[in-house]
Amino acid sequence: MAEAPTHNTEDYLRMYRQMVRIRAFEDTANQLYLSAKMPGLTHMYSGQEAVAVGICAALTDDDRITSTHRGHGHCVAKGGDLKTMFCELLGKAEGYCRGKGGSMHIADQSHGNLGANAIVGGSMGIATGAALTAKLRETGHVAVCFFGDGATAQGLLYEVMNMAALWRLPVIYACENNGYSEYTRTEEIAAGSLTARAEAFGIEAHRVDGQDVLAVNALARDLVERARRGEGPFFVELETYRYHGHHVGDINRDYYRSKDEEAEWKRVRDPIVNFGTWLEAEGIVSADELVAIGEAVKDEAAQAVAHAEAAEYPPGSEVDMHVYKGVDHALAYI
Amino acid sequence: MSRETTLSKAVNEAIAEEMRRDPTVFLLGEDVAEAGTPFKVLSGLVEEFGTGRVIDTPISEPGFVGIAVGAAMTGTRPIVDLMFGDFLYLVMDQLCNQAAKSYYMSGGKLNVPMVLRTNMGATRRSAAQHSQSLQALVAHIPGLKVAMPSSAYEAKGLMKTAIRDDNPVVIFEDKLMYQDKAPVPEEEYLIPFGEAAIKREGGDITLIGTSSMVQVALKAAEALSAEGISAEVIDPRTLVPLDEETLVRSVKKTSRAIVIDEGHRNYGVTGEIAARLNERAFYHLDAPVLRFGAMDVPVPFSPALEDLTVPTPEAVAQAARTLCRGELIHAA
Repeated sequence: MAEAPTHNTEDYLRMYRQMVRIRAFEDTANQLYLSAKMPGLTHMYSGQEAVAVGICAALTDDDRITSTHRGHGHCVAKGGDLKTMFCELLGKAEGYCRGKGGSMHIADQSHGNLGANAIVGGSMGIATGAALTAKLRETGHVAVCFFGDGATAQGLLYEVMNMAALWRLPVIYACENNGYSEYTRTEEIAAGSLTARAEAFGIEAHRVDGQDVLAVNALARDLVERARRGEGPFFVELETYRYHGHHVGDINRDYYRSKDEEAEWKRVRDPIVNFGTWLEAEGIVSADELVAIGEAVKDEAAQAVAHAEAAEYPPGSEVDMHVYKGVDHALAYI
Repeated sequence: MSRETTLSKAVNEAIAEEMRRDPTVFLLGEDVAEAGTPFKVLSGLVEEFGTGRVIDTPISEPGFVGIAVGAAMTGTRPIVDLMFGDFLYLVMDQLCNQAAKSYYMSGGKLNVPMVLRTNMGATRRSAAQHSQSLQALVAHIPGLKVAMPSSAYEAKGLMKTAIRDDNPVVIFEDKLMYQDKAPVPEEEYLIPFGEAAIKREGGDITLIGTSSMVQVALKAAEALSAEGISAEVIDPRTLVPLDEETLVRSVKKTSRAIVIDEGHRNYGVTGEIAARLNERAFYHLDAPVLRFGAMDVPVPFSPALEDLTVPTPEAVAQAARTLCRGELIHAA
């Protein structure tokens, strides 16, 4: 954290609080899974909080993002509500998708989140299309496409980066390189450099420490403003780390990464701890205030999950709703 | 007032009219602008609407279909041109996992008002990768609507409806029919989805044909009428939604039915329609519902072989005769 304070205190605290909210959401979701209260499974974002928060803090609600199977962090960072998210994870009617999407498909249109995606790399076209809308309709909005290092192996990325560069679309390809493509080290699945892939299309590419929320945010603010001015697209590789396995059930990971490695990232490069330390050192906030934020968020998460556990499932009559817009019940239509 | 217009011109008119009407409608695909597509269906549109709304893409089908999905989600109405129906296999994830499911997975928040226009139809001597009729693939996927115009009239009316629909619609045009003419009204009209057209009335047997197979059915009906067999010909016009009522009503009247579609016969459109007729009209049937489709082989190149793979009026008429005369012979 080399940067000197440039934001007002409120902006810093918002970023800190959002990172803590993501961590609390994930810790709670993990407990839901471990106690067999959650249907299916889920992918934890813990460890990568500075990426989603640093980037989304540079966006407005009208700017669009597309998210991934590891998408809770993006949803919270873009303005998502924990209660509505937990309801979705538990398949309840009050969830963001009325329980039809679950963890891997949370979408929050009201904050510009076009949805998580269970196909690795599946949303690259969607983000690029949102940027095409922005250009065609001259809205001045920007789209951010989140994806992992594993998704750089999908051909779709190269098709859409080519078109985004040809058409100068306001899209930022944000590659969260957490070092692992599911259960395989990134260097075993990606030849050469990730940023060079974008540079081959003439796209300006950056690498940034994805554990440093201020560095991520500074870069994001700059690129977002430049994209609004028509200088896009851009590509950013964010070096980060996931604390959990590929998914919550990936417990024994020794065969692909060591416990020492995990401990080292948590000890030295935790994005929340490091940002808290910096906030304290700069005199922006006291240790007590940071503890108070943590406690308040813990309460928020506890209340949100309690609400979700008590919430109603959607009625069976909804099973064939929302198949077609303008059609109440698809089975009576097709 | 109406005039004779080619199917190609009818599609072009429909798109031009909708682009004039709604500034959010735009075209996207390979060689759609100056080239106007290899079939010249879109000729002239770039001159009127410019390269900002008639957008040439690289040869990247999954990429530009995905871009259309995202554009549609965020306030535009893209019409994607997929040069050959055979390329559907390239775009399956974007069409079937993304476009088709977005509205459902988001609980009714993110709809995708997108048209994917493509083609179908064999006997153009284009071999196995440019001749397929793959409507059954997409009709199988909940969330997609599927239209199959059988003439210039249907092509225009269905295209206009598709563009205004709030959901992803796949339209299959028969690539051998682009120069076929039909009366098309001068004034504006739309054809609602889910309304079959009775193309010829009859009382002895129902011939249900899709796209160019409507012409096959009509020719078969003409031959049969000379022999005193009265065939009713019905064009469903859309596979999803399917106007089951009109089909069932007709079959209850005639007691016999043949379904004709140019997709492969096995696991296809004709099997679905036949099954629905069996479910709803079984006790009115005097004979099994028969099916005609493309032969279940990859489409061969040689004209001597390719012509053997598609349904013909003669074959349909012959099958109708056996049904109407009670001569259906079962191999025992």
